[in-house]
Amino acid sequence: MEGCAEEGQVMLLGVDYSPFVVRVRIALALKGIDYDFIQENLQSKSELLQKSNPVHKKIPVLIHNGKPVCESMIIVQYIEEAWDNKAPNLMPKDPYDRAIAHFWAAFIDDKLIPSILGTCRGQGEEQQKAVEESVANLLLFEEVLESTGKTYFGGDEIGLVDIALGGLLVTIQTAMKVTDIVLIETQKMPLLCAWADQFCKDDKVKEALPDRAKLFEIMSARRAKDRNEEVDR
Amino acid sequence: MEVCGEDGQLKLLGQPYSPFVVRVSIALAVKGIHYEFIEEDIHNKSELLLKSNPVHKKIPVLIHNGKPVCESMNIVQYIEEAWGNKAPNILPKDPYDRAIARFWAAFVDDKFIPSIWGVFKDEGEEQQKAVEETVANFLLLEETLSGKAYFGGDEIGLVDIALGGLLVTIQTVEKITNSVLIDKQKMPLLSAWADKFCKADRVKEVLPDPATLLKLMWERKAKMTSPPAGN
Repeated sequence: MEGCAEEGQVMLLGVDYSPFVVRVRIALALKGIDYDFIQENLQSKSELLQKSNPVHKKIPVLIHNGKPVCESMIIVQYIEEAWDNKAPNLMPKDPYDRAIAHFWAAFIDDKLIPSILGTCRGQGEEQQKAVEESVANLLLFEEVLESTGKTYFGGDEIGLVDIALGGLLVTIQTAMKVTDIVLIETQKMPLLCAWADQFCKDDKVKEALPDRAKLFEIMSARRAKDRNEEVDR
Repeated sequence: MEVCGEDGQLKLLGQPYSPFVVRVSIALAVKGIHYEFIEEDIHNKSELLLKSNPVHKKIPVLIHNGKPVCESMNIVQYIEEAWGNKAPNILPKDPYDRAIARFWAAFVDDKFIPSIWGVFKDEGEEQQKAVEETVANFLLLEETLSGKAYFGGDEIGLVDIALGGLLVTIQTVEKITNSVLIDKQKMPLLSAWADKFCKADRVKEVLPDPATLLKLMWERKAKMTSPPAGN
């Protein structure tokens, strides 16, 4: 049986305000897995981080029994598989349903995140285009909820797509405050709003969410910096 | 038991020269699964394609018992799971090993493909930069091969398919741009892997014809004045 999360056996390297780290923390919280959280300084990355993720040198990194796993959604899948006997299951059993879940998780990473980043970093016409794209992308998720009639993308319980998107929620909501742009509109996306509400109130999820005030400060500062100088992309 | 690829129950919408489609064809071939290949004209996409992949409208799409699966590596993993009892297995059993395989497959998609594309479409300094990036990426993969015939171990696995599906395209880009991306001296293991992979029994049948691909990519290069449309 997998090492059942005795202290010291599961470490998570990250920063508490990164949406990618939040995804992993949500998965660990849902599964009730204890771990050591090691707060990294992104301006001065630790030896451990650089050694554990030599290819990307990025957070989050999950270290389980000394073995590192990188990339947030790969970590979430790893958590599901390494603790698959521990309820709840984050993935459906049926291969087709799993493929659909993977499809939407990939869509979030490949399309939604870049468009939302565009709303924060862009200006003028570029920003407007990013806003339109983000709204169009979010509407697809509204449609998914409409067609399934379920509370969560995972069905009756939180699943992979809920974690993939939910991990970004506080960041998206904070971005909306910083830029004064509405992306998730109650009128256009009632189901998505209800989902967001429900998700953030879940007992286990809310422990993993970042502090909104702190995130607002960080994102405001970053936006001011972006506006004052050339962005190095 | 899963329906074993009876005719009409499994369709692959695609185009035989697309490396993303080739990945899926390899997975199906390796598993010995029969299917109907429906060739798409990407400049005149069929109703079926548009209906099956409304979000991206791209190939490949695998339609299994009427249900569409999109995105090449997603399809490959679906094939592995839907035919989980059919050897060989494309993914290892151990969760950690699976995570490592997924990491490198994602690396191929997120880093390799953009840099190879850069080699193909860019010129001058930009192209040189793309070549350097691609070579650096290949060197990372060279390190992970040590002591193994394939990235998957003794048999073809997920990463072999992710990268192997791109091989003929990569070799074609090398010819067209007169650059060396898989350097035999710097990357002996990767070169040996590429050779072995392209000659593997079930794989070689589904690889695109290099001469035809060369012609198609020359044509594409000639047309390039603006960023191309997706597959």
